Amino acid sequence: MTVAWVDTILQGLLLGGLYALFATGLSLIFGVMRIVNLAHGDLSILAAFLAVVAVESLGLDPFVALVLVAPAMAALGYGLQTLVLNRLLGQGILPPILVTFGLSIIIQNGLLEIFSADSRRLNPGGIETASVALGGQLAIGWLPLITLGVAVAILVGLQGLIGRLSVGRAFRATSDDQETAELMGIDNRRLYGLAMALSLGIVAVAGVFLGIRTTFTFASGPDRLLFAFEAVIIGGLGSLWGTLVGGAVLGVAQTVGAKLSPGWGILTGHLVFLAVLLLRPQGLFAKARRMA
Amino acid sequence: MSLLRVLRLSAFYGSFQALFDVSLEAAEGETIAVIGANGAGKTTCLRAIAGVLPVPAEAVRFAGDAVGGRPAHDLVARGVVMVPEGRRIFPSLTVEENLLVGAYRGRPGPWTLARVYDLFPVLAERRRQPGPNLSGGEQQMLAIGRGLMANPRLLLVDEISLGLAPIVVRGLYRVLRTIATEGTTTLVVDQDVSQIMELAQRVYCFRKGAVSLEGRPADLTRARLAAAYFGV
Repeated sequence: MTVAWVDTILQGLLLGGLYALFATGLSLIFGVMRIVNLAHGDLSILAAFLAVVAVESLGLDPFVALVLVAPAMAALGYGLQTLVLNRLLGQGILPPILVTFGLSIIIQNGLLEIFSADSRRLNPGGIETASVALGGQLAIGWLPLITLGVAVAILVGLQGLIGRLSVGRAFRATSDDQETAELMGIDNRRLYGLAMALSLGIVAVAGVFLGIRTTFTFASGPDRLLFAFEAVIIGGLGSLWGTLVGGAVLGVAQTVGAKLSPGWGILTGHLVFLAVLLLRPQGLFAKARRMA
Repeated sequence: MSLLRVLRLSAFYGSFQALFDVSLEAAEGETIAVIGANGAGKTTCLRAIAGVLPVPAEAVRFAGDAVGGRPAHDLVARGVVMVPEGRRIFPSLTVEENLLVGAYRGRPGPWTLARVYDLFPVLAERRRQPGPNLSGGEQQMLAIGRGLMANPRLLLVDEISLGLAPIVVRGLYRVLRTIATEGTTTLVVDQDVSQIMELAQRVYCFRKGAVSLEGRPADLTRARLAAAYFGV
């Protein structure tokens, strides 16, 4: 009995790694430009479909396909930001929400048109079912373990970039005070392009790991966006490590709920999210006005 | 030839006209004072030069190029750097990180972290602290140091003494003298006339969005200055 519960919590923590991957890009974009990207989840599914194309046409392993898909999504992000979203700067918070909402619908219908409504999956050839035994009837799947490891590696890398590199200081300075950052020579339009490139590069990783873990369809995006939002809010806006903790809390809530009754997983996640919103609306790790 | 030339500059906030045909210039290496009461248009003029306000291209010439309306980051790359009113220190960055953001464009020149710390030793002592932990005077030093890190050809300093104790202001003016001896052209805005008249080679007085008086400090009597400043 207890072993089963330990196992449930362990699986939840590992699931949190995947949610953190989805949430990080969303958090980065909000932190730097105060934009909520409602197409974030659909863009991750777009990345997963791109990986399907790479796997089926080039015969690549899904993990190898990621080497192509992540830069492609990053380039798409730079283009999306500089050609479309930058036109909305200075017009308030509503236009970016409407435009990314529209983008979300366009992506979903485009994917439906091209790939049909069939559910797909990325098959990496066995690793998705392989596991490592911990003893005492406990076992951890390699895939969730790799996912969590990749999430932590990306967070460490992002933390280093934001904390130490010139472009990271520019992200924080622009987040603090955009006009003064311009006066220091920072071209905010180009910087926003870089932030979106980084965000979509990371969400491409999330999408591909999702596609290896489970089946997905053209309509899987909005759920991903919702979980990403919940992870960000639980962890605290603007805190990268909070995002990882937020993902883990959400993951544990969902697996524990599902263990109590198979239909309760998602619901329990939402309830925990609402509880955090009620009791600690700034999130568990909120740092006022800080990004890193 | 003048490094900066503002020619018949008019500027608007919506339908409100803030500047009326303002003309001023600064030769390379000169220190220019811009004085005037609250709302006279000094800050608006600086913001137009620095690229924050949209103005016609020909209204602002820098090093021979028509640069009016160019974005601020482009002007920084050309060497026009503004120290904004109210310091505007980045609150989530440390003192040293604030300085490093000033060097974002990587313009070559005499100013480095080490030289800025020489100029403001107190900043070196507090380099790891968050910007908001500094006192008002220290924040002004940080804002000036951050501007210098961009290695400006033209340094615009807005409201340098606002809200600071006289002894702090005297220290800041000593620093401005040091900067001027480096050959950096500076344009300093201050409402307090006493210190700036000793520093500047030429002074422009603003009133109601126009230049009401210009000249060399030695040539201006107190009475003429008072008339131009207050309009009495």
